[in-house]
Amino acid sequence: MGSSHIIGIEDGTAYFLVTSAKIAVMFGVVMITVAYTTLAERRVSAFIQDRLGPNRVGPMGLLQPIADGLKNLLKEETLPASASRLYFLLGPMLAMIPALVTFAVIPFAAPLPTPWGVVPMVIADVPIGVLYILALSSLGVYGVVIAGWASNNKYAFLGGLRASAQMISYEVGLGLSLIAVLMLAGNVTLTEIVSRQQQLGIWFALPLSLGFILFLICAFAETNRLPFDMPEAESELITGFHTEYSAMKFSMFFIAEYAHMLTASALMATLFFGGWDLPGTWDDMYMFQGQLISGFGANGAPIAATLTVWKSLATFLGFALKTGFFLFLYIWIRWTLPRFRYDQVMELGWKVIIPISLGYTMVLAATMLTLYEAGVEYGFTFGLVLSVVSGLCTLGFVFLLDKGGTIGGAASGKKVTFEQEIL
Amino acid sequence: MPISTKIMERPEAVETSYLRAALKGMKITLKHMLNPKKVTQQYPEVETRLHPRWRGTHRMEVHADGRPKCVACGLCPTVCPANCIRLVGGEDDQGNRYPVVYEIDEFRCIFCGMCQEVCPVEAIHVGQDFENAEYTRERFVYDLDRLMNQDHPTTLLWDPADPLSE
Repeated sequence: MGSSHIIGIEDGTAYFLVTSAKIAVMFGVVMITVAYTTLAERRVSAFIQDRLGPNRVGPMGLLQPIADGLKNLLKEETLPASASRLYFLLGPMLAMIPALVTFAVIPFAAPLPTPWGVVPMVIADVPIGVLYILALSSLGVYGVVIAGWASNNKYAFLGGLRASAQMISYEVGLGLSLIAVLMLAGNVTLTEIVSRQQQLGIWFALPLSLGFILFLICAFAETNRLPFDMPEAESELITGFHTEYSAMKFSMFFIAEYAHMLTASALMATLFFGGWDLPGTWDDMYMFQGQLISGFGANGAPIAATLTVWKSLATFLGFALKTGFFLFLYIWIRWTLPRFRYDQVMELGWKVIIPISLGYTMVLAATMLTLYEAGVEYGFTFGLVLSVVSGLCTLGFVFLLDKGGTIGGAASGKKVTFEQEIL
Repeated sequence: MPISTKIMERPEAVETSYLRAALKGMKITLKHMLNPKKVTQQYPEVETRLHPRWRGTHRMEVHADGRPKCVACGLCPTVCPANCIRLVGGEDDQGNRYPVVYEIDEFRCIFCGMCQEVCPVEAIHVGQDFENAEYTRERFVYDLDRLMNQDHPTTLLWDPADPLSE
C-alpha cells in the first residue's frame, strides 16, 4: 500500500478504522463547537447590549457550557400528564439526530497524507451529497412538529404547526437557490463542488451572488433562527414547541438548533466560499482520472498534488474560520433584527424567494448555455462573466426589496387614517 | 424639576426600506459590541456605589462615653409600619431614660426610614449597607450592642440643601 494510495471502501479494515476515527473526532468537534456556540451566543448578545455576559465559570466564562450541561443532566425530567408519552420522548431524538448526521458529508480539510495512505477529510463522500443534506435537514422538522403535537399544549401545538408551514415554504426556496450551485459545479457531491471552485479560480459566492443571498435567507428560515423563529417566538408562544420540555430533553432541542446552525454555516462555507479551499492555488488539489492533482501544466498535463500535514491543518483552519464567521453572522443578526410577523414570513417565502430564485435559475442557465455555445471553457473568464450577470441580478433584487412593499413593517406603507379606512 | 425628562421625537410613518434599516441596525449592534465600555458592575470585586439616600441595615449612634444616644421615647416602635422594633425603656439614677432592650428584626423591616425620620435625638439611623447575610434567621434580630457596633455610613434621608426634594 503506497502512501499516495487513497484509502477507500475497498481497503476494508483500514477504511473502517479511519472512518470510525473520523466519526469520533468530528462528533466531538461538533458537540464542543455547539456547546461553545451557546456560550458565544450569550457573550455576543451581552456585548451587543453593553453587558458582559457569563464570565464567572472558569477563565472568561469558558467552562460555562460544562456547567450548563451538568445542570441540564441533573435537572428533573417532567412529563405532562396529558402528553402522548411515546411521541413526547421521540421528539427530541428526531430533532437532534438529523442535525448531527448531516455533517457527515461536508469535507472539512484537504486530504491528509499518512504512512498508510491518503485519508480524505470527509466522513462519507457520498455521490449524492447535497441531496442527502436536503433530505436529512428537512427531517429535523419532524422532531419539532411531533414535539409540538405530543405536548398537548396549545402553544406548543401552534409552534409545531408554524414550524411545518415555514419548513415547507422555505425548503422550496432553499432547493431552488441550490440549483445554481449544482448547475455551475455540474455535480451534487460536496467534495466535487469544492474542487470545481478551485478549478474556477473564484469561489461561487461571486459568480452566484444572488444564489448565495437567497440561500442565506432560506438557511436562516430553515434553522428557525431570528428573524424567522416563528416556532419558538417567546413573546407569542412562550417558547413554542419546547414549552413542555425540561432538563436534558430541552437541552437536546437546544443542541439540535445549534447543530443545525453549524451545519448550515459549514454548508454556506462549502457551497459558496470554497469549503476548505484557501485563497491562491498553493493548496489546490482535486481528483482527475483517479489521481489527486493540483492543476494543469502549460502543456495541459496534470501536475500531481503534493500532500503535506500542514496543508491539511491550514485548510482545516480556513474551513473553521469560514464556518465561524457564519456562526457569528447568525448570532449577530439574531440580536439585531426583530421577528417577522407570520404572514410576512409566508409572503417573503412564497412571493419573493421562490419566484426570484426560479427566475435567477433561468437567467443563469441561459448565461451558461450561451457561454458554452460561444466556446468559453470552464475557468476564470467563465466565472467573471457569471459574476457580472449575477451582480446585475443582485442589484435588481436589492432594488426590488428596497422599494418596500415586499415586507411591510408597521411604519412602512402609506399612512391610513381611520376615516380613510372605513370609507 | 424633580426628575429630568427627555422627550423623544417619534419618526413620521413613512416608507422605510427593510434592507437598509436592517443593515443600519447591524451597524449599530456591531458598534455596541466593539465598544469596550459596558454597564455591568463586577460586584464582589468592584464595590458598587451606593447613593446617599440608599436605606439599608440600621445603626445606633453612640455618645462619646459609649452610651447609646437613644432616650427610649418610644416614637420609633410607634411609627414603624412593619412593627419590627421592640423597645423596653428604663431610667437611671440621674433620671436619664435609656433603652433596656432595643431590638430590630431586619427581616420584618421594610427599610422605609421612618424610624430615623421620627427620632428626636438622631439616635437610630438606617445605613448604607446591604451585605448582611447570615446563616440563621435568629441572627437577623439585631440587639442594641450589635446596632451600636455597626460602622457603615448612615443614610442621608434628605439633601440638607434641598429638604423638599425639589
